[in-house]
Amino acid sequence: MSGWLIRGARIAGGPPADIHIAGGAIAQTGAGPGAAAGAQVLDADGLVALPGLVDLHTHLREPGREDAETVETGTRAAALGGFTAVHAMANTEPVADTAGVVEQVWRLGNQAGYCDVRPVGAVTVGLGGTQLAELGAMADSAAGVRVFSDDGKCVADSLLMRRALEYVKAFDGVIAQHAQDPRLTEGAQLNEGEVSGRLGLAGWPAAAEEAVIARDCLLAAHVGSALHVCHVSTAGSVEIIRWAKSKGWRVTAEVTPHHLLLTDELAEGYDPVYKVNPPLRTQADVAGLRAGLADGTIDCVATDHAPHPVEAKETEWAAAAHGMTGLETALRVVQAAMVDTGLLDWAGVADRMSVRPARIGRLTGHGNPLVAGAPANLTLYDPGAPPEIVDPAAHASKSRNTPFAGMPLPGRVVATFLRGVPTVLDGKALDGKALDGKALDGKAAR
Amino acid sequence: MKRHLISAADLTRDDALLILDTAAELAGVAARPIKKLPTLRGRTVVNLFFEDSTRTRISFEAAAKRLSADVINFSAKGSSVAKGESLKDTALTLEAMGADAVVIRHSASGAAHRLAEWVRGSVVNAGDGTHEHPTQALLDAFTIRQRLARQGAVPDGRDVPHDLRDAGPDGRGAALDGVRVTIVGDVLHGRVARSNVLLLSTLGAEVTLVAPPTLLPFAVGSWPCSVGYDLDAELPKSDVVMMLRVQQERMTAAYFPTIREYRRRYGLDAGRMALLPGHAIVMHPGPMNRGMEIAADVADSPRSTVVDQVANGVTVRMAVLYLLLGGAEAAS
Repeated sequence: MSGWLIRGARIAGGPPADIHIAGGAIAQTGAGPGAAAGAQVLDADGLVALPGLVDLHTHLREPGREDAETVETGTRAAALGGFTAVHAMANTEPVADTAGVVEQVWRLGNQAGYCDVRPVGAVTVGLGGTQLAELGAMADSAAGVRVFSDDGKCVADSLLMRRALEYVKAFDGVIAQHAQDPRLTEGAQLNEGEVSGRLGLAGWPAAAEEAVIARDCLLAAHVGSALHVCHVSTAGSVEIIRWAKSKGWRVTAEVTPHHLLLTDELAEGYDPVYKVNPPLRTQADVAGLRAGLADGTIDCVATDHAPHPVEAKETEWAAAAHGMTGLETALRVVQAAMVDTGLLDWAGVADRMSVRPARIGRLTGHGNPLVAGAPANLTLYDPGAPPEIVDPAAHASKSRNTPFAGMPLPGRVVATFLRGVPTVLDGKALDGKALDGKALDGKAAR
Repeated sequence: MKRHLISAADLTRDDALLILDTAAELAGVAARPIKKLPTLRGRTVVNLFFEDSTRTRISFEAAAKRLSADVINFSAKGSSVAKGESLKDTALTLEAMGADAVVIRHSASGAAHRLAEWVRGSVVNAGDGTHEHPTQALLDAFTIRQRLARQGAVPDGRDVPHDLRDAGPDGRGAALDGVRVTIVGDVLHGRVARSNVLLLSTLGAEVTLVAPPTLLPFAVGSWPCSVGYDLDAELPKSDVVMMLRVQQERMTAAYFPTIREYRRRYGLDAGRMALLPGHAIVMHPGPMNRGMEIAADVADSPRSTVVDQVANGVTVRMAVLYLLLGGAEAAS
């Protein structure tokens, strides 16, 4: 195995350059030099090379809900979407609230071989919102957890949130909050607005998100700790985060691809494929979120990939599960919402989908510029591929609940490399067994 | 007309008038010694009730039977639904049985809409969650038209394009242009109000909602109606006042402080009723909370249309089933 020569890729949208990969790292970039002996050559003419994408918010469902997704299927989907690292959310069964569970997930990720899997630890025992989980034990485990979240549920108790923020300072952790005032959203089904009123679906008011974000920013500032705001969904939230950042507080935020593109009007047919938490909002919110991502107020795009089996969505709206898949469409959606609209260039995409999420996740092996010496984690993307209709049946995820089904999206992920080993070539995932042991050493991944 | 009746918004003005006029035609059947037409003989109507609602179910059942349809009553209690069967599987079961129409009542908004994607027969929404109850709105419109026409009752000096006085004693052919309807009570959780606002405005009525602000939907400003908080100010301008049932459990969820205060501000008692113009009528979709949103002497007064509404419910539902199931072809 003598590495790869990627010819003529536009690194983060720059001028065409060659990328030499050897020994799991980037040996050299630039025009000119010939292939090293034995290197495989990949013609990347017209393709954009991005540092391997990092998802801060992925539901891999294993252990417990292997009917919806497994670490293997979820990470294969991630690789096909251009990701080289994903953060696996804690709301598994059992909950990832102990060192044992997070190590299991981390190990499953290593075995699958498609991505580095960084487990997110639960903040509270069983996501119950009353007692802190053993955050230190998870941090010290082989999985090396740094991001903690009760995602799906909000750490609503102000005192508990304060304590969690303070406690993780000891090991440079970050609390990723799902901001949702539980009382204001009892039974909530859809963004509270014109559409929810017309459809008779209980409203999920923007203020229920914004109030918690404001509180958490104040708490993070007070204790000098790091807060990460999950899946920001309203224009008002962007304003609050912009204000907190202007104070110099340690606040970061993510937005999902679906909140960048879709609005609550899609709920009109009561198809629960559009049911998600936080809910799809209005066009004004979409505009606010895009502007926030463009100016860096929102640090990154995170998928909130939430696979569900068919029966969880083939129901009446109120009975359906929340969530949408997103790994395999994320980059294409970002191209449609941010790049093709002129709001973000490819360097910006590299920053928001790799550099910053890696930094927030404390992942040193990812999110590095594609320069000599960096680990060879990279994604080759063809933004000029003609828009293709999204077909959920073609997805590698075990689940089919993509809200983009039937929509044309631009672009195509051509190849993904994890530490110099391709996990995806010509848009197809490689066999995980072939990757085993070659690409992965999870410890090294940190 | 569309194949299903899921929302009052599905009905154009012509559709709505066709239903009301068909109902006026069918009303004669109820007066006959043998209250039955052969129109839907051999057709199957399934009443699929996931929520208890004896009133609505028997109304649909009577309507289908008067048209000679075979009626199957399927209630969730004690059925496979209680054992966890999904709405979709229930729909497939009904489909396999060859239901020509499914009348569905469900606690989830949008359930009728979902069902319509899974069955070939016509779906009639008999109340879905806090969304809609279109046949209730149709029977209310029918009742308004009938009563005001019979009374010759839209007051002078009002610009009413289709004067109900010229429409004949049952109001046939007339819409509700210019009729002022005030709907009072829990609009937020009320499917009756939602359907009535849509249908009555389609028919030309001027609808005003009166409720505590907590019981109005967030974006009610975008609805085709006006909104007020002061019942006493609206009553003198009203041709129709429709009182909605207010559930006592709303009080515990802080929608209003006490029943006493609700009654004082939004209840219709005899004193308040006296603020109405002489021709105005009082409606209630039932079941009533006597002494809560409506005083007993108001409910039993000559202005009250509560009993007419029940009778008209059967007639209007006959018209809906007749039109959706192509009764005209079957009859010929």
